[in-house]
Amino acid sequence: MSQTAASRDIGFLKKQANIVRIDILKMLAEAGSGHTGGSLSAADIVTALYFYKMRHNPKDPAWKDRDRFILSKGHAAPLLYAVLAISGYFDKSLLMTLRKIGSPLQGHPCSKLLPGVEVSTGSLGQGLSVANGIAIGLNMSGINSRVYCMLGDGETQEGQVWEAAMTASHYRLDNLCAIIDNNGLQIDGPCCDVMGLEPIVKKWEAFGWHVIDIDGHDMKSILNALDEAEKVKGKPTMIVARTVKGKGVSFFEGKVKYHGLAPTQEELERALMELEDIDNG
Amino acid sequence: MGEKIQKSKIKSQKLAPPHNPPLSKGGSGGGVATRDAYGEALLELGRKREDVVVLDADLSASTKTGTFAKAFPERFFNIGVSEQDLIGTASGLSLAGKLPFASTFAVFETGRAWEQIRQTISYSNLNVKLVATHSGITVAEDGASHQAVEDIALMRVLPNMTVIVPADGIETKQVISAISEHYGPVYVRLGRSKVPVVMPEDYRFSIGKAYTFHIGKDVNIIAAGIMVSVALKAMSILKDRGIDAGVINMSSVKPLDNDTVLEAAKVSRLIVTAEEHSVIGGLGGAVCEFLAEEYPVPVKRIGLRDTFGCSGPSDELMKLYGLTPENIVQVVEESLLGRQK
Ligand SMILES: Cc1ncc(C[n+]2csc(CCOP(=O)(O)OP(=O)(O)O)c2C)c(N)n1
Ligand SMILES: [Mg+2]
Repeated sequence: MSQTAASRDIGFLKKQANIVRIDILKMLAEAGSGHTGGSLSAADIVTALYFYKMRHNPKDPAWKDRDRFILSKGHAAPLLYAVLAISGYFDKSLLMTLRKIGSPLQGHPCSKLLPGVEVSTGSLGQGLSVANGIAIGLNMSGINSRVYCMLGDGETQEGQVWEAAMTASHYRLDNLCAIIDNNGLQIDGPCCDVMGLEPIVKKWEAFGWHVIDIDGHDMKSILNALDEAEKVKGKPTMIVARTVKGKGVSFFEGKVKYHGLAPTQEELERALMELEDIDNG
Repeated sequence: MGEKIQKSKIKSQKLAPPHNPPLSKGGSGGGVATRDAYGEALLELGRKREDVVVLDADLSASTKTGTFAKAFPERFFNIGVSEQDLIGTASGLSLAGKLPFASTFAVFETGRAWEQIRQTISYSNLNVKLVATHSGITVAEDGASHQAVEDIALMRVLPNMTVIVPADGIETKQVISAISEHYGPVYVRLGRSKVPVVMPEDYRFSIGKAYTFHIGKDVNIIAAGIMVSVALKAMSILKDRGIDAGVINMSSVKPLDNDTVLEAAKVSRLIVTAEEHSVIGGLGGAVCEFLAEEYPVPVKRIGLRDTFGCSGPSDELMKLYGLTPENIVQVVEESLLGRQK
């Protein structure tokens, strides 16, 4: 990736991430419930995946050579729905049906109902194992695609995550890149108060992973990390992305309460003013 | 049509059998959620007994164990998002002489940690109280991943396990008090949404005992949880249509109140079970298993028919899956008519 191409990408991706955030907020406000904080904190990374890094085809969601994305923290469904809609997997108007009866946009992603969702998630801790299985299967079939998996930091309290951590390094899954949305918060409070996670980086290194510690809102660092992961041989990569829960909307940022609260109409209007400002700036 | 409306007006006056208070309005209005009653009951119990400890898995605001946590921080343990560890730790605390209440959403408590519950708690007969909230489809918008419709089946199949499904806030408080006096593992299934008050103020719960609102000569509806209030509404509609329907609150799904089921089966022509759960393995399953062996009679089961739930407002979901008085009435009428022919 040449210097100029990268900087052109960065400008585009920042704008794209802003559009993603706007869609997230609009669909959540319309739904009247759902997970705001964790959708916004992971927005820059998932934007980079869908609009920079991953090879995928919205017209052919089952394309066998596609890169795969598993949203292990399934409650960030609005984020996944936004990038899928913007990519062209389905009509954007569908976003306004989120969480309503009969909608393929369930409260947590359902792969049976929505093409583009690789596997249903929502119960935390299960996605990394699935990503491992896909990565092993792709290797067996000689398919060169890569597998990405997004976890929450609180989610890594689940034991299965660490079982999967061992599996990935045992099978040297260098076609796998996982990301922790390290926003420091879960539902009952800061992770360090509920159930301490540190030292996160050292833990994953000890489990045999290549670990990249980045600012998860700095687009350049995100792209560099994703590029670096692709070059790592013989082990899986974990990107520990330091993020801010609710990122992009000043009055949601760093607030535990907005984990599972949707914006009210009034909050939506204020939030859109902040975000549309960036878009024009 | 006009006739129907008139009838429903009469119905609302006629409701309220001798010893039960009138239903509060609507599925979501009136009453409290059983989880709210749980929060209060834990607080009372914590004041009374120093050996009570409470554990949660990052959902203490939703399960209402947070109330206990505030009052007794030294007796509250947040284990984080790790339900298997939650169950194991609760087991250890019981072995150390404490009385642990372990809470999270029903789907994670009974699902993720099922084998820990089987091997450690149930097999060893440990005195752990598993009180889960957010059971059934009234979890609503979060969707199927969060809606436990198989938890009764999962818990009921375990030896030593007691399974209780309270109908309202009054009963929930009674249940929490009763199980604290009972040695052995207990699963209590609570809900997220507000439910109407159905039980009388002076009601006393005991394990293995059902509460009979009325025994019908035509049909008896054996219900649990939120479906008790739905069954009571069905009962009054059926009465207006000349069908004598009874309602039994079978909160004690295990041990089942066999005597009451038997009596209901003997005096009527049809048994209907009603639960916010799969028709497989839950209350309907329990009643059918018992009746098939002891006193085979026609049974209809109301519940989710081998399907997951989905996202939506809880009252719409209740309609979608047939958990309404109207559907119970239809099932009863079709079944009784069908049998007459
Ligand atoms: C197995 C399981 N247990 C509990 C929950 C309920 N829950 C949803 S989100 C959440 C907190 C997750 O925190 P984190 O992973 O840090 O998410 P983020 O901050 O990115 O939103 C919990 C406990 C769940 N979805 N799955
Ligand atoms: Mg977090």
